Amino acid sequence: MSFEPKILGVLCKWCSYAGADLAGTSRKKYAPNVRVVRVNCTGRVEPTFVLKAFEKGADGVLIAGCHPGDCHYLEGNYKALRRFQLLKKMLAQMGIDDGRVRLEWISASEGERFAVVVNEMTERVRKLGPFAKNGGSNG
Amino acid sequence: MTKNKAKVGVYICHCGSNIAGVVDVKDVAAYAQGLPSVAAVKDYVYMCSDPGQNIIKEDIKHLGLNRVVVACCSPSLHELTFRRACQEAGLNPYLFQQANIREQCSWVTEDAALATVKAKALVSGAVSRVVHQEPLEKREVEINPNTLVIGGGIAGIQAALEIADGGYKVYLVEKTPSVGGHMAQLDKTFPTLDCSSCILTPKMTQAGSHPNIELMVYSEVEEISGYVGNFKVKVRKKAKYVDEEKCTGCGICQTKCPIRVDSEFDAGIGKRKAIYTPFAQAVPNVPVIVAEECTYFIKGKCRACEKFCEPGAIDFEQKDEIVEIDVGAIIASTGYGVFDPTPMAHYGYGRLDNVITSLEFERLVSSAGPTGGKIQLKDGSTPTSIAIAHCIGSRDEKYHEYCSRVCCMYALKYSHLIKEKTEADVYQMYIDMRCFGKGYEEFYKRLSEEGVKFIRGKVGEVTDRAISDEEKGKLIVLAEDSLLGNVMRVPVDMVILCVALEPQADAENTARKLGISRSADGFYLERHPKLDPVATTTDGVFVAGCCQGPKDIPDTVAQASAAAARALAMISKGKVEVEAATAHIDEERCSGCRICNDLCPFSSITFDEEKKVSRVNDALCKGCGVCVAACPSGIISGRHFTAEQIIAEIEGVLA
Ligand code: FES
Repeated sequence: MSFEPKILGVLCKWCSYAGADLAGTSRKKYAPNVRVVRVNCTGRVEPTFVLKAFEKGADGVLIAGCHPGDCHYLEGNYKALRRFQLLKKMLAQMGIDDGRVRLEWISASEGERFAVVVNEMTERVRKLGPFAKNGGSNG
Repeated sequence: MTKNKAKVGVYICHCGSNIAGVVDVKDVAAYAQGLPSVAAVKDYVYMCSDPGQNIIKEDIKHLGLNRVVVACCSPSLHELTFRRACQEAGLNPYLFQQANIREQCSWVTEDAALATVKAKALVSGAVSRVVHQEPLEKREVEINPNTLVIGGGIAGIQAALEIADGGYKVYLVEKTPSVGGHMAQLDKTFPTLDCSSCILTPKMTQAGSHPNIELMVYSEVEEISGYVGNFKVKVRKKAKYVDEEKCTGCGICQTKCPIRVDSEFDAGIGKRKAIYTPFAQAVPNVPVIVAEECTYFIKGKCRACEKFCEPGAIDFEQKDEIVEIDVGAIIASTGYGVFDPTPMAHYGYGRLDNVITSLEFERLVSSAGPTGGKIQLKDGSTPTSIAIAHCIGSRDEKYHEYCSRVCCMYALKYSHLIKEKTEADVYQMYIDMRCFGKGYEEFYKRLSEEGVKFIRGKVGEVTDRAISDEEKGKLIVLAEDSLLGNVMRVPVDMVILCVALEPQADAENTARKLGISRSADGFYLERHPKLDPVATTTDGVFVAGCCQGPKDIPDTVAQASAAAARALAMISKGKVEVEAATAHIDEERCSGCRICNDLCPFSSITFDEEKKVSRVNDALCKGCGVCVAACPSGIISGRHFTAEQIIAEIEGVLA
């Protein structure tokens, strides 16, 4: 059977989740591999969430929030960006390819872009192969 | 409630065939049955309907459910519906969780098998999260009864008057020196052909003199903070250099000022002075001096206006003023901009004389305009033929994909006005005639009988290169007649480009200040395109008029009244429910490191010097969770977004 990556999507409820909804209302088709968890803001995303996801079987994690300046809590997304840099370093040390994580700004009107990002990410992770087989612990 | 005793009811909605057409709902239901803590699973054709909600309510009562999951559409659509249903059955609304298997599953996946797998994952995520959810109490805060209306066109005026008549205070902020907006620039209005100023001016005057309306013209909103019910707004009142109290509006200053510049109000086809009111019926009737244009400000001498002003109202020392106001609701009615056709070089706008935009024609034909309503060419002569080119910048993928909705109708109005005032032949070059409003089709019919020539085809080019004697000295309009299938060359004296309505140039900036979103076309995004067209995703902020999308005057007025009704409903209730999902610091375990103090974007965390712990002010906390994620000891919890809940959901969707 071909490998269907499991991707966790963590979307802020204001912009990116609404963008994902818009992709739906405009019937944009995209890879069904992303499973979305809605959070209030990307600023709420703890690095542990990402680590937990890999531990529990995710092959990739997509975090998406409002564009810089548009965060509904002013600067949550800037904080997310800073944490994301740290997270990437941490993942590198753990030997996790940084193509497995992605942070994106997707607004409520960017349904199309959401679809594109999900497709790109899915293809990328598909190429990287299952996380577990590549040294991950989630066999 | 401990997790062990959790009894979860799972309800799978078919949404007609919207979900069930792709996702195998029976299979999802069978799967849900096997999930831990699940006590009941049902699927139903429309869960959001009354019978659907009743299934949930009955189960809560009879099966003793203490958690509910509905797998259906997006929570932005029906989270409230189901929370309310839970509440009505005696279950705390925060013990509900929605799985979005429509917008984020059945609508975006064609493969039924994979869609079903995904739906199961989403249901599993919701079930595993809901078990960890805690009951929360809604909090209520008092509402400030004042409303801010931004933009003083017909939408803003209408909204302000409705609220003011309802007995509440309104601040009406307008960027230009007068209220009136685009409607004041129009000559006649379709399809009734009543004169625009005759119906607008009385409303402007009312808005200017209403005891409940505080008019702030020549002013701009600088900053908005706070939240529904309690917004704090900073407004910049630009210096007018004219004392409003002293000015009598006699207008002598405007005749004495030596500087002439293009008038914005006349769309550049007329002139105004450096001290000006945009038009004769301006409200308030107080002129402003544009410092960048005024000789005194530039060269240090002149002051002609001051010399002739009898009441001594000119005040060159005036400064911009920042006024702070408190309001409970905000209505954005900031209007539209007009598409500039210069980049479409093939139409020759700006290069060929007598190629003009619709707004310029509007001022040309207005009896209060620069020519006194005489339709004339640049050289002053009367045109003998005029072409009206539809859809310039609208319905055009290179510029704006949308239809501007008013052009067909005003183009018809133009034919009538031209026929009334001149002998000219009139050509309408159109893609489709869209006459959708009340009395519009009838108007079209009437005009067709007035001898206007309709050519079905978009104008491809306007040129002055004649290829026959007949074309010499004329503008030649090239259009493909898509009914006859041939390319036509129509020589005319004047071409009117029906330019698109587009978002205001500063729409992005304004949306940011308001904390609202814009749709892909750049106009403000309403909360729901059909069922909530005046609210936005930010509570307490409403939209009215063309800032939300092109519309005609009747629709604008209707939307403005609707926005006002929404604001009034909020105000008269006196209280508003606010976020219950705030952050909470476990003071026993707080180490007092203060990292969260500075992180909080709303300054809602203070430090208790005595106990050496940090504390969250519930009234200010908006529940973003930044502090929760940052706390090194992990002792701040975000209610309804606890790490436990989010991790449980992550585990669930990946299971
Ligand atoms: S609210 Fe969307 S990133 Fe902060």
